[in-house]
Amino acid sequence: MVQICTMIPVAKEVGSLRAMGSGGIVSPTGNPELTPEKEKEFRRDLVLRALQILKEDVRE
Amino acid sequence: MAEKIRVVHYLNQFFAQIGGEEKTDIGPGFKEGPTGPGRALQQTLAEHGEVVATLFCGDNYFAEHAEEATQALLRQMARFNPQLLIAGPAFESGRYGVACGAICQAAQERLGIHTVAGMDEENAGAALYCKHVYIINSGDSVVRMLPALGRMVALGLKLVQGAPLGRPEEEGYIPRGIKRNAFAAKPPAERAMDMLLAKIRGEPFKSEIAAPQFHHIKPAPALRDLSSAVIALVTDGGLVTEGNPERMEPGRPTRFTTIPVEGIDRLDPKEFDVVHSGYDTAFANQDPHRLVPLDIMRELEQQGIIGKLHESIHATGGAHAAVENATRIGQGIAERLKSAGVTGVILTST
Repeated sequence: MVQICTMIPVAKEVGSLRAMGSGGIVSPTGNPELTPEKEKEFRRDLVLRALQILKEDVRE
Repeated sequence: MAEKIRVVHYLNQFFAQIGGEEKTDIGPGFKEGPTGPGRALQQTLAEHGEVVATLFCGDNYFAEHAEEATQALLRQMARFNPQLLIAGPAFESGRYGVACGAICQAAQERLGIHTVAGMDEENAGAALYCKHVYIINSGDSVVRMLPALGRMVALGLKLVQGAPLGRPEEEGYIPRGIKRNAFAAKPPAERAMDMLLAKIRGEPFKSEIAAPQFHHIKPAPALRDLSSAVIALVTDGGLVTEGNPERMEPGRPTRFTTIPVEGIDRLDPKEFDVVHSGYDTAFANQDPHRLVPLDIMRELEQQGIIGKLHESIHATGGAHAAVENATRIGQGIAERLKSAGVTGVILTST
């Protein structure tokens, strides 16, 4: 599991081992300030990064 | 009489009377003198201290720009030359609690002043900051404001005056994991024997050593091949089918939803809703993909970049979730996904 979230220290504290930054509290996989096309690009980039993290082992 | 202690008070946008969830993006600011619960703080301090300023910041702003907000707040704080920072109490509000902990730790380290925060012991900020900051356990309800402020002030005054502190349960703060030498009436062998006898008799006894709580979570192995992976989307941001037929609670959740998405290429805002009392859901309601990236995942599935997108989205609300319930919800979702053959999960959190 990979977690796309804003408060990474909180995610880590509760044991989330693959956590990455998001688009913000109110729009984890979006950014309302962008045009719809740009926002979708932004989301695609986040999702591809998340999938990349799933492909990597967690160093303990 | 001793001079009054100069106190600054940190509040979020709500308690600083700036606004509710629609103002959580507001940056750091200050007001001179006490505001909102600061008036009760001033009454509690009475002749011992003066609330010289109230500092505030929107909860989302702090969460998203923690270092920037901290620096700005410390700059504003320093102008008032305070001796004590009181933060909160934040009760069970997670973003607010984390901000209180962070600003207290920074003020101690960078301004060298004493600090006391207040929040519920289950607040995410308590686990993160209790080793560094004195955090009074305020309980989870705002009706406990006055007793919480009373304990925060009592502890704060002791810190400033350099008076000795009692044990965490006497002072009401969350244990910091610090050991101090103390005199005991009996030697260890006798105390251990007393404890053993009490245990055998079935009487209450208290260990002198706090058992450490390790929550070791074994990392899942990496996915070697995305093109054969089955990926599921999960969120704690409160996505539901329009009308909330599964009756998911907007706060203090006890359950999760199962939203079928097989054959759906995009989440139509008219067919989905967001139920969550912990953040402004307007943006996610406008376009649910801001919460759950189904559109992109479907495209990646069609392009063969991932093997398959799982047939349902599971969602719950993260607002004020009790740890026990949250654990149970998480385990429930994990069991469902594992038995359905899902090999990877993207969890989106607000």
